[in-house]
Formats: sequence, structure tokens, C-alpha cells
Amino acid sequence: MSFDMYRQIIIDHSRKPKNFGTLKQPDGVAERNNPLCGDRISISYRTDKAKKKLQEVKFDGAGCSIARAAASILTEKTTGKSFQDLKKYSDDDFIKDMGVPITPARRKCALLALETLRQAAHAEPKKNN
Amino acid sequence: MTPFIKKSWQKVKADFPIFSQKINGQPLVYLDSTASTQKPRAVIDAVKDFYETYYANVHRGIYTLSEKASEAYELVRQKVAQFINASSATEIIFTRNATESINLVAFTWGRQNIKRGDRIVLTEMEHHANLVPWQVLAKEKGAQLAFIPVAPNGRLDISHLDTLLAKQTKLVAFTHMSNVLGTINPAREMVRQIRKKAPQAVVLVDGAQSAPHFQVDMKKIDADFYVFSSHKMLGPTGVGVLYGKHELLEHMPPFLTGGDMISHVTLHEARWNDLPWKFEAGTPNIAGTIGFGAAIDYLQAVGMERVFSHEQELTALAIKELTAIPGLTIYGPREVKDRGGAVSFSMKDIHPHDLASILDEQGVAVRAGHHCAQPLHEILGVESTTRASFYLYNTEADVQSLANALKKAKELFNI
Repeated sequence: MSFDMYRQIIIDHSRKPKNFGTLKQPDGVAERNNPLCGDRISISYRTDKAKKKLQEVKFDGAGCSIARAAASILTEKTTGKSFQDLKKYSDDDFIKDMGVPITPARRKCALLALETLRQAAHAEPKKNN
Repeated sequence: MTPFIKKSWQKVKADFPIFSQKINGQPLVYLDSTASTQKPRAVIDAVKDFYETYYANVHRGIYTLSEKASEAYELVRQKVAQFINASSATEIIFTRNATESINLVAFTWGRQNIKRGDRIVLTEMEHHANLVPWQVLAKEKGAQLAFIPVAPNGRLDISHLDTLLAKQTKLVAFTHMSNVLGTINPAREMVRQIRKKAPQAVVLVDGAQSAPHFQVDMKKIDADFYVFSSHKMLGPTGVGVLYGKHELLEHMPPFLTGGDMISHVTLHEARWNDLPWKFEAGTPNIAGTIGFGAAIDYLQAVGMERVFSHEQELTALAIKELTAIPGLTIYGPREVKDRGGAVSFSMKDIHPHDLASILDEQGVAVRAGHHCAQPLHEILGVESTTRASFYLYNTEADVQSLANALKKAKELFNI
């Protein structure tokens, strides 16, 4: 039996999340919820002086361990990222960065924080049609 | 179908082909029948047989196949009427699902009868299907919504029903059984009370969770409208039922318009067909309806009383097993009387989604989320819950698997 998705990394991150809370006077903020369960994640960030990079990223809200761990990992992976790079940061890139296999049923949970950050930063990727 | 009297539950399970496979290397323990049910071989065969041997459109051809298809389709309407003890098959309208049945009433009867200042009484435990259509209607018409509260024991607090039933009450709509709490509401007594206090009000009962699980009788319940879905009672998806009292249906305008629902059409106008076809525009889900007929046959062969008592036994066992797990909270009534087999719970420090994923790894399929009843979850004070629900193909071993899988989840999360 495999419980791969729940490797220590998920459990640790969800119990002791990094960058948990809300930034005062943020440069960008957004909140999204998962319509399946009503879980909410909000993201706030501050940029560098040139307004080109994410200098500080925090998340808040309630969610399952996958959503919380994903948000926690996301704040770590995107701190210092330029807005340009954030636009190129794909769903698959992020799931790879999480370092655990995510089952299709849980992709929505894993991607909630990334989608929220994109919304806050107006960095939605272009749709390829 | 071969009749079976007192067929063992293990043999009932064997009638469902899906249970012969493994999920994640484990035998499938399917505990999500409240969302949708598995299908017995008899239903699958009925659909296959229709497509292979007598497929044609209904109510159209003069040819043999179309006549045979029409006859089979209409026979199911009679079966449904008899299954719920309606006065006549003309009171049975086929829709896509229970949601569409409610929308049909909201769009036709509702738009014709609800006026500014009128009151629509609902309950706090409604599925979104029996809430959102009324919210939309109330907003459009300037009507007001009022809610029968849910008491801490998971039952409706009907002590204030009379007060809620103000004289401007035009509609009361409530679920017969909660898809989250498992609570069975005293529909018959409630309708009686409504008739007394608010005789002008029309009553709609959402039977999506009751018709599949126990005997319902339209003459006893005496609701004006009653809705349910085939897929929640062993039948195919895409078939729903709206039962309506003949006189009300007669005065309602059509819902969707087009072919089949007319009796005469000129370039500028049309006359409507008789009941029930007035409400069935376009080619219906013929195959699904025929499969639904086979599902009703199957349920009746087992016997609805037996189905219900089996589910109650499983529910009692589940409540006992789950209550024994420290950190687990069950929502809804603890006693099995007037309670169906939907058991929602939460586990301290494990989010319902995580719990459902870990259970799935062990072959146990449960639902996690707000189960399309977000306002009820707000009242319960939780974002979401995990729900196990039972039907005739479940066994005591399934309940045991659930309990074991929950214990395993606690180990994994070190709690």
C-alpha cells in the first residue's frame, strides 16, 4: 500500500507551515476557495523596490494538508521570483517542486495557492489554444 | 428477472459487476451511495437489450420498433407511479434529475404564482438543489425566504413551524432525508401541519434520499410535488422524476418547449400536449428510463422494507464503531430511528480531504466536502465533513473496513 502523497514533507509543512499569516500593507493580495470543500487560501505579498520581484509572500486560511503544504511550499519557492518568472511558472513546474506525487483528485487542492498567488499578482498564464 | 426471496446480502452484492474489481489493490468498499449508486447487472442488461434489440425514438413512429420502445418507456412511468403510490401515471414527469425537477417547478409554478412579499419556507438542511432555485426565484420576484432551523441533535426544530408559516407563505420546500445528517424528516406530519396553518401553501418534498431507501407513499405524504433521481436508486444517470398533483400540473405553463410537448403547432402558435408529455420536450433519455424501470424492479424484488432495515443495521454498526474512535465526531442523530444511512463525521486534526484520500488508498470510497449543503456546514461550524453512506449492496465487512481505514489514517498522521 502506498501513502506516497502523505510523505513526511506534506505532514510537516501542513502542521508547521512556513510564511503563515497576512502581510500588513501588502503590494498584492487575493483569496480563492476550492468549491469542492469550501477551503479558503489567501495570499499576500510585498515586492522589491523596483516592483519586479516578490520579496515576501505569506499565506493564510484553512485547508487540507495538501492545500496547506502546497501554500507553504509555494511561499518558499516564489520568494525572490520575478513577476516574469512567475508567469512562466506552470502548474506542473510547481507540482514537481512540491516533491510528492499528487493524485488527480487532489490537484485542485495542490494548485489552489498557486492560482491565488497568480490572481494577486495578475500573473495568470496565457491559455494555449 | 428471477425472483429472490431473502437473497443473502452477499448475493445481492454479487449482482453488481463493479464489485468484482479491485481499487488500489483492495476490494472496492463503496460508501458513497448518497452521491450516486452502483448498478446491478439487471439494469445494465436492460439498457443493453434496448439498444441491441428494440431501439427507436418514442411517441413518433408507426413502425413496430418505435411502438415497442414507446411502450417500454411508458411502462416505466406506470412502474414509478405504482412505486410511490401516485394516483396516476400522468402525475409522473421524467426530467434529467431531481435538480431539474425542482427547477421545473421553480420556473413554471414558481414564476406564475410567487409574487412580491410572498414567503418561501425552506429548511437549513437543504441540498443546494432545493435552495438555490428558490433563492433565484425570491430575488427575481421580491419574495422572502424563511428557514426551519436544525436543532443540535441534527433534527429539524419544527416547534416554530407555525410561526414561520405566516399567511403570505406560498411554498414550503423541504428534504425528506438530509444527505449530510441522515435525518429523516416527518414529511407526513409536516405536510399536515402546513395544510392546517397555511392551506394556501404548496409543498415540495425533495425525495432524492428517501425514494431510494424506503417506501414512500404519495397519498400518505400528501405533498404537492415530490422529486427524486434514478441514479441514486440503482438506475442510470440522466433520469429524474417530478411527481406533481394532477390539478397543479394541469395549470402550470410548460417548462421547456419544442417537440413532443405539443398537440398542435402553426407558424405563430402552439397548443400544449396532455399531461405528462406537456413537460417533456424533445427526445427523452429513453435508454436511461428503461434502465430505471429495471432498477425499480430490482428494488421491489428485494423489498424496500428489507432494504431499509439492512441500511439501519449498517448505520447502527457504523455509529457504534465510529463513536469508539477517539477524536471522531459524528454529525446528525445518534439513534437509528428516523435516520437513514448517510453518516457524516470529522476527525480531529485530519482534514476531510486528507481522510478521504487515505481511505481511498485502502479501497474505501467516501465523499469529502460540503456535500452540496454549504449553509448546513456553516451551521455545524465546519467547512466540510467526510461522509460514508450505505445501500443494499454494503455489508458489515464494509463498515469494518471503514473503521479500520480510519484507524490507519490516525496512525499515518500520528494522532
